[in-house]
Amino acid sequence: MFSFILRRILLMIPTLIAISVVTFIVIQLPPGDFLTALTAERAQQNETLDSSLVLALRERYGLDQPWYTQYWLWISGILFRGDFGQSFEWNLPVSSLIWDRLGLTLIVSVTTLVFVWLVSFPVGIYSAVRQHSPGDMIATFLAFLGLAIPNFLMALVLMYFASRFFGQSVGGLFSPEYANAGWSLGRVWDLITHLWLPVLVLGSSGAAALIRIMRANLLDELHKPYVEIARARGVSEARLIFKYPVRVALNPFISTVGWVLPALISGEVITAIVLSLPTAGPLLLNALFSQDMYLAGGLILLLSVLTLVGTLLSDILLAVFDPRIRYT
Amino acid sequence: MTDTAQAPIVAPRSGPGSAGPWLLTWRRFKKHRLALVSGVVVLMIYFVALFAEIIAPFSTETYSANYTYAPPQLVRMFGTDAEGSTHLFYVNDYTVKIDPISLSRAFETDPNKVIPVGFFVRGEPYKLWNLFDWDVHLFGPQEKGHPFYLFGADRLGRDVFSRTVHGARVSMSIGLVGVTISLLLGIFLGGISGYYGGWIDESVQRLVEFLKSIPTIPLWMGLAAAIPPSLDPLMVYFWITVILSLLGWTDIARVVRGRFLSLRTEDFVVAARLDGCRQQRIIWRHMVPSFMSHIIASVTLAIPGMILAETALSFLGIGLRPPVVSWGVLLKEAQNILAVSSAPWLFLPGLAVVIAVLTLNFLGDGLRDAVDPYAR
Repeated sequence: MFSFILRRILLMIPTLIAISVVTFIVIQLPPGDFLTALTAERAQQNETLDSSLVLALRERYGLDQPWYTQYWLWISGILFRGDFGQSFEWNLPVSSLIWDRLGLTLIVSVTTLVFVWLVSFPVGIYSAVRQHSPGDMIATFLAFLGLAIPNFLMALVLMYFASRFFGQSVGGLFSPEYANAGWSLGRVWDLITHLWLPVLVLGSSGAAALIRIMRANLLDELHKPYVEIARARGVSEARLIFKYPVRVALNPFISTVGWVLPALISGEVITAIVLSLPTAGPLLLNALFSQDMYLAGGLILLLSVLTLVGTLLSDILLAVFDPRIRYT
Repeated sequence: MTDTAQAPIVAPRSGPGSAGPWLLTWRRFKKHRLALVSGVVVLMIYFVALFAEIIAPFSTETYSANYTYAPPQLVRMFGTDAEGSTHLFYVNDYTVKIDPISLSRAFETDPNKVIPVGFFVRGEPYKLWNLFDWDVHLFGPQEKGHPFYLFGADRLGRDVFSRTVHGARVSMSIGLVGVTISLLLGIFLGGISGYYGGWIDESVQRLVEFLKSIPTIPLWMGLAAAIPPSLDPLMVYFWITVILSLLGWTDIARVVRGRFLSLRTEDFVVAARLDGCRQQRIIWRHMVPSFMSHIIASVTLAIPGMILAETALSFLGIGLRPPVVSWGVLLKEAQNILAVSSAPWLFLPGLAVVIAVLTLNFLGDGLRDAVDPYAR
């Protein structure tokens, strides 16, 4: 088991390197760099940027050097010093901007994941066991609807109804009085009361997909001979279903964490922009708009790492739950 | 195996029991009512997209300062106008009250004012597919200049219905074009991966896993933000599809690879090889037709993802931009919650997205169930 985990972690290293290279290429793609944009903007306001400052910044990030040198400067700073570079727009180190935001992204995503599981597991089982019943039809219909409605649209519609019928704004993750406060019990409670909307919006498509998967898997199992035999022997129906078919059907369910989590983190980015959550999404969008390359790069990189870690956890979970998976 | 030793060899495709694979697929597909209905709806949406200029009563840019945020009108039947003549279809005109303080317009429909609506009426001139000059619209107000807002009007008094119809062309075609690019990439990479195996298979699989492990939307956002805003709208469209298919081919590649792996050892492929068929012939004449139906199913299931992705990117303002009209661009108008709370009909293009995605999903599901005519 230990060697299996170790092997998986080692396998992540080349993926991480590839991701960091791709991220860097992506943030390098727009023509020009932030300094040219900044100089142009200042020139428009009849100000000149201190040319020695520009030169110093160019030197610092190696902006005149080939991309692989720049890449090395960037990634070595992250690896050895935890230095993600400077956010040009905020004039702050990137690392001081992103950790809070990523933490909240993680909280929202993981809560959503738990919600998705709690919903899709019983509904999926019910749907399969009572195939073609009205409950199954409703669940299936809602699941398809959840898949078809884009996250941001659902967020907008829910916000519309909230402001229309409850007269309150439901955006954000905190009430104004807690927005910039330190962590306290009150703030945690405040977060919880705000969390339901993003979780509902984000969870809809994931839950829909997992309900379909659970239903399909369980339906495959339910008609196998061993179930018939157990039934013929008089095993009670509840025990019959939970003892074997559900356990077998659970495997693909667990392994889907591998792609549900990337999807959640992806979806979180857009939902957060609509609901103006103080998470990574809006920061990333702004950084992309203003060509704040190190901020954008740091965010894309860390969101990808988050995804990879999630995939790793799901693999380990799967290995723990399924004795048929060999570790070697 | 049938016992061919006793029976004479029967000519293939004779009698009712030996329908071709496509016919069998069709028969199974027909039983799936929901998929069948969805298929019809999908065809209708593409039909609307194809003839958008004729079906939309107005162009995308026709605006009217008198009707900003006008609410949707209901089409009614058998109305009598001021001259006393009866019309089969009509809508009611608005009465406008301008609030003296906020200067916002309050609309009320006036049941006494009848605007007759006709089919194949002459309206604004347009160029169908940029080729043919015409001015006949499928339906619209019989007299030019009368307000006719089925889905209401936006902040400039443009007809949301016309814009949604025009948006169908961009949004639906981006799915098709994107899927075509994904398909070519997927068949090529999945094909060599499954056919040759070995290190090629290994590296393609690693590539697929790598692409699947990156959170798509941040990456899409990064790539889309790299498209210069000054670029020609057509080129923006092109690049967006390329970006979408860059990550979209992986699922198709997996299906193709899986089919190649399982077909490689099938009797008919081995037979073809022993008969001395060239490799290309084996691939294209023997293997590809036998899993084409699977490909069609997974392609159908891939289109909605593309549509959703384009909508999301355009909604964020880093995909397609006005003057191009797509469903995502239209929904960007609904981004402002204040505007939407007074004009909820700005959500209606979202309904088009939901219907398109839902029906494509049902159609794909039905196709996937139907494609294996020899199973069971």
